[in-house]
Amino acid sequence: MESSKVIHAFYNDDEVLMDAVKAVKAEHLHIEEVFCPFPVHGLDKAMGLAPTRLAITAFFYGITGLCFAIWMTNYMMIQDWPQDIGGKPNFSWFANMPAFVPIMFELTVFFAAHLMVITFYMRSRLWPFKEAENPDPRTTDDHFLMEIPVNNNEAEITALLVKTGAVEINVVDKH
Amino acid sequence: MYQFSGKLKTLSIALIILGALGIAYGFYSAPKTVEEAKEIIAHQTSHGDEHATSHDEVKVDAHKQDAHVAVEAHGAVEAHGEHHDAAHDEHVFHQLQNKPWSALYVALFFFLGISLLVLAFYAIQRVAQAGWSVVLFRVMEAITANLVPTSIIMVFVVIAAVMHWNHMFPWMAEGTVTVGHENYDAIVDGKSWWMNVPGWAIRSIVYLAIWNAYRWFIRRNSIKEDTANDGGKIYKLNYNVSVGFIFLFMITESMMSWDWIMGLDPHWFSTLFGWYVLASLLVSAVTVIAFVTIYLRSKGALPAVNDSHIHDLAKFMFGFSVFWTYLWFSQFMLIWYADIPEETTYFVARFNEYKLPFLAMVGMNFVFPILLLLNSDFKSIPWFVVIGGIVILFGHYVDVFVMIMPATVGAQWSFGIAELGSLLFFLGIFIYATFSAFAKANPIPKGNPFLEESEHFHYYNIEHRGEGSGDHH
Repeated sequence: MESSKVIHAFYNDDEVLMDAVKAVKAEHLHIEEVFCPFPVHGLDKAMGLAPTRLAITAFFYGITGLCFAIWMTNYMMIQDWPQDIGGKPNFSWFANMPAFVPIMFELTVFFAAHLMVITFYMRSRLWPFKEAENPDPRTTDDHFLMEIPVNNNEAEITALLVKTGAVEINVVDKH
Repeated sequence: MYQFSGKLKTLSIALIILGALGIAYGFYSAPKTVEEAKEIIAHQTSHGDEHATSHDEVKVDAHKQDAHVAVEAHGAVEAHGEHHDAAHDEHVFHQLQNKPWSALYVALFFFLGISLLVLAFYAIQRVAQAGWSVVLFRVMEAITANLVPTSIIMVFVVIAAVMHWNHMFPWMAEGTVTVGHENYDAIVDGKSWWMNVPGWAIRSIVYLAIWNAYRWFIRRNSIKEDTANDGGKIYKLNYNVSVGFIFLFMITESMMSWDWIMGLDPHWFSTLFGWYVLASLLVSAVTVIAFVTIYLRSKGALPAVNDSHIHDLAKFMFGFSVFWTYLWFSQFMLIWYADIPEETTYFVARFNEYKLPFLAMVGMNFVFPILLLLNSDFKSIPWFVVIGGIVILFGHYVDVFVMIMPATVGAQWSFGIAELGSLLFFLGIFIYATFSAFAKANPIPKGNPFLEESEHFHYYNIEHRGEGSGDHH
């Protein structure tokens, strides 16, 4: 099938890459992926990627942690065994609330941070022993790579990419 | 150049006059004698409303205090009969007499502190060589112009306290350090190496002098920078002077909070109080910078300011709100947890008689801004920032109110004409001072080497109004 073919265009400068991405987008061609050795500011905007919702998940994880802390302190210190420890009031959770704030804060941060990181790993499919997916090792060092799927328009795309200053253009079969 | 519009000028003058009338009414309606005070209290009680209960609380409270004083002064607990009632009337009389002074003092300290912290924030921006805030320098400088009139009024209040025209500072009362005097207070006497009237007055004047000297210098030299063309010589001088100011500011700010606020409760002390006052004024100061910036931008007077600058100010509002809460809670929780009587009285007085403002303040200064300004998009929308800012500013006014009022007027507090008048009075002065100062200089600090960076300042995920994705580079 023709569509299993992709073009790998290499660039050696992030500024050139950004202009190339804009040129390709202007031709209404689909960019499958861009591989960079470091974050390029504005690349997501230029590619038209949707903003991340990771911060929103973190907010809800934080609320979960806060609720867990409130439930835990209330159950342990007030409901289960309300001992008089150093004269601290344990008639209700609110009466002793200031003493619980440090753990409430820490659990909020703990839940928000760790669950967000785990969400990030899951969403970006990262785990130990995962097989690396970079198509060319140079993209982890000093080259940028743009991958464009081919649909019977190989010559046309190649001509466009040459104009954008690609240093190397390869047509690759994707299994 | 910006033109201080006639409308705004009229508004500020109207506020000053209206506020002055409110303040005058406060002083006029304060009781002149113990008999008048009794009458006011009796009048309140006859209504049978909440004042009656608060009055009872005062009696209980005053009774405790009297017992306390008696133990200290005479070394023996005395029976309280007729003597107690008379002492109580005297006590309430002093509190009612303090009311108009305290109303003025709360608003004065609030506005003076904000102007001072804008100055400190400005000095920090210079020392940190911040790239984003340079286009806001003239806004900050304009706000610090308010330091001059508020300092003058503060000098007046200092003189009034020294001349015993008011009784806000109980340790200044006659005989507190004279052994055998009926007002003798061993605790105050023990602190008199620091808390004595000449020392207090001299320190107060020195703080104001240092702050105003830096303001005068940096404003003059900042304008000089515009046309200097001297290879950055004046810029470097301003940098060095700002470093020195921040050093002096941190010292004077701490001491100021002991002298002007903690001194109202001479039996009480707290080590992080200076930081706490600083945090409260700092978040208010950043909010005021945001307000003036948003207003001036809406009038087209700040062409270089974009949404990213507003976003950064909102981030500071958010961050310092949390910082304030951290210090507020640290102070409260440490005292609550250990519950040492000499420290706890401070919060007992506030929690019993100021429950609503004391708790509402936490909602206004922490919960509301955290929920409103957490979202990155909201931080760059001016009207969101304005709504958040209004709540923050009211919250910190209440904060200053709860710092000062329980010590000076106790349970006799209210928010009435005198308090509102004082707020309007200083708001009018603030508007006049700020906008007339802003009209006097180029709104863009041309000579600053970071100006170019500031004009192109861009926070990565913001689409400035009128921009497309093509502008993101």
